[in-house]
Amino acid sequence: MASLGSLDVKQRIAASLVTPEIEALVASIPKPLGSFGYDPWGYNEDTFKLALGAAKWLYDKYFRVTAHGLENIPSTGRVLIIGNHSGQLPMDGALVGVAAATNPHGPRLARAMIERFFPTVPWLGNFLNALGGVIGDPVNCAKMLDMDEAIIVFPEGVRGSGKLYAKRYQLQRFGNGFMHLSMTHRAPIVPVGIVGCEETMPAIANLAPIAKLLGLPYLPIVPSLLPLPARVYLNFGKPMHFSPAASETEVTEQVETVKAELRRLIQVGLEERTSLY
Amino acid sequence: MASRSPAAPKKTVLVTGSAGSLAKRVIARLHGKYKVIAVDFRHKVETDAGIPSYLVELHKRGFEDIFATHKIDAVIHIGRIFAHEKTRQQRYNANVLGCKRLLELCRKYKVGQVMIHSTYFVYGASAWNPALIDEDAPLKASEVTQDLVDSVELESLATIYLWKHPELNITILRPCNVLGPGVRNSMSILLSRKVAPVLLGFSPLMQFLHVDDMAEAMVVAFEANKPGIYNVAPDDYVPYQEAVSQCGCRRLPVLSVPPSLPKLVASMLNWNAFFPPYLINYFKYPVILDGSLFRDTFAWRPRRNLNDIFSYYRKQKLAAH
Repeated sequence: MASLGSLDVKQRIAASLVTPEIEALVASIPKPLGSFGYDPWGYNEDTFKLALGAAKWLYDKYFRVTAHGLENIPSTGRVLIIGNHSGQLPMDGALVGVAAATNPHGPRLARAMIERFFPTVPWLGNFLNALGGVIGDPVNCAKMLDMDEAIIVFPEGVRGSGKLYAKRYQLQRFGNGFMHLSMTHRAPIVPVGIVGCEETMPAIANLAPIAKLLGLPYLPIVPSLLPLPARVYLNFGKPMHFSPAASETEVTEQVETVKAELRRLIQVGLEERTSLY
Repeated sequence: MASRSPAAPKKTVLVTGSAGSLAKRVIARLHGKYKVIAVDFRHKVETDAGIPSYLVELHKRGFEDIFATHKIDAVIHIGRIFAHEKTRQQRYNANVLGCKRLLELCRKYKVGQVMIHSTYFVYGASAWNPALIDEDAPLKASEVTQDLVDSVELESLATIYLWKHPELNITILRPCNVLGPGVRNSMSILLSRKVAPVLLGFSPLMQFLHVDDMAEAMVVAFEANKPGIYNVAPDDYVPYQEAVSQCGCRRLPVLSVPPSLPKLVASMLNWNAFFPPYLINYFKYPVILDGSLFRDTFAWRPRRNLNDIFSYYRKQKLAAH
């Protein structure tokens, strides 16, 4: 009977998270899946619905997200959504994912690139895959773009998410990989300036030696254990198209163009923000 | 290849590993249209009338007599010793040196076509694998375990011959997990059991092919004769633990961290035939193949779906009750 009881609780939680609105949204996202509901990277629609239900609540009620420029995310076809990374935990990726999945101009499943150590963590690796996350391998990105998927990339990687509060809203070094993918696969880049996530987990120090010992990318000292309810502003810019570059120097220049646009979008968000929390 | 007139003599095809379920199915499909010669190292196989059958080890001298006696036009090399069958040294001799000898004999007796049945294990299971692995991805299995060195070396050897001796028309096939009635590979033995070990917190995606579909794929590729390396896999995916349930097995959870623990458990409990320590990583991380090159080149699609594959294992357990 105990197991029946827990099953009942699980079903009730699922029913409260997966609202008819979420059902309708996910049903309207075109996504080819295998006979057991999985794609080659482990995405699973049922798990995604549950997580989207929970994340939508955080998006609306906890972080009270304001999103502008959602019409810039193409409703079909390949696209790279490029953002500034912050906040220790990948909240920014989740919120951009919710914005794309609930986009009134055409919902998209936007795949997030996850850190390479996640697949080695029991349960978490499979769970993140089921939500659409994949390790940031260029082969994965190339295959996904060829299948006309939408991909969220934070080119700063852990340099962005793990930075201290003192460096908030300063773009860290960008990798050039995303630009190569955009050029090779003719995928437009939609930049998104994310404001607010820096304040969800302000870090005062990074315990780098202990992090190294534990095999973690960083271990921040944060005053709050859980993310704080900061208001989040997402500003999506117009799609940017890049033609193949002749040299790596030219690629870096193109990356600088994206960074400049991101700085502008971050500034827009900072100016519209009236209170942090 | 010029098309054969009705009066042309039948081509002679030598099939190794003829005691196995896949080779039996390939032979059944070739028989009649071709003159088939069956070879196995385990035991002399009972074959239909008109199919000569030999018990011989590939790396032993007697093997050459078959080439001397019959004018062999093509070879389909399926026979392999699995890791749970012999020691590492014996396996290396049979699988790697045996394959080298086979390829040398093919050159000497001017065999015009060779097909080699490899395995997806050669890619290696790692947390950093991308999905939809292409044929040109590096073979990292020997990084995972020494017990797969023979699989990787066999492939490297075949690849060298593929480029150095184009007259052999070598085709290398790397299938995903092949399952079905009579299949005795470790995955099939595992899913035939009532209780199957699973690693706590890990359920990697897997691809499965029905043995009849694999046999058809081999025959289609054999007849088209387009040398090269091909993954053979469907575009359908299922997590391992789901496959275990679908096959009617009960799950036996095994602690997955630290990584050495499940290996220790597998070797202490002597699970070598179905959950060998050297394959633990394949139950932890996915190795998902991009099978589109094969599917498009040979206009082949599997005809049986995952449920067709799993239902055999389910029914097998019901029948046992």
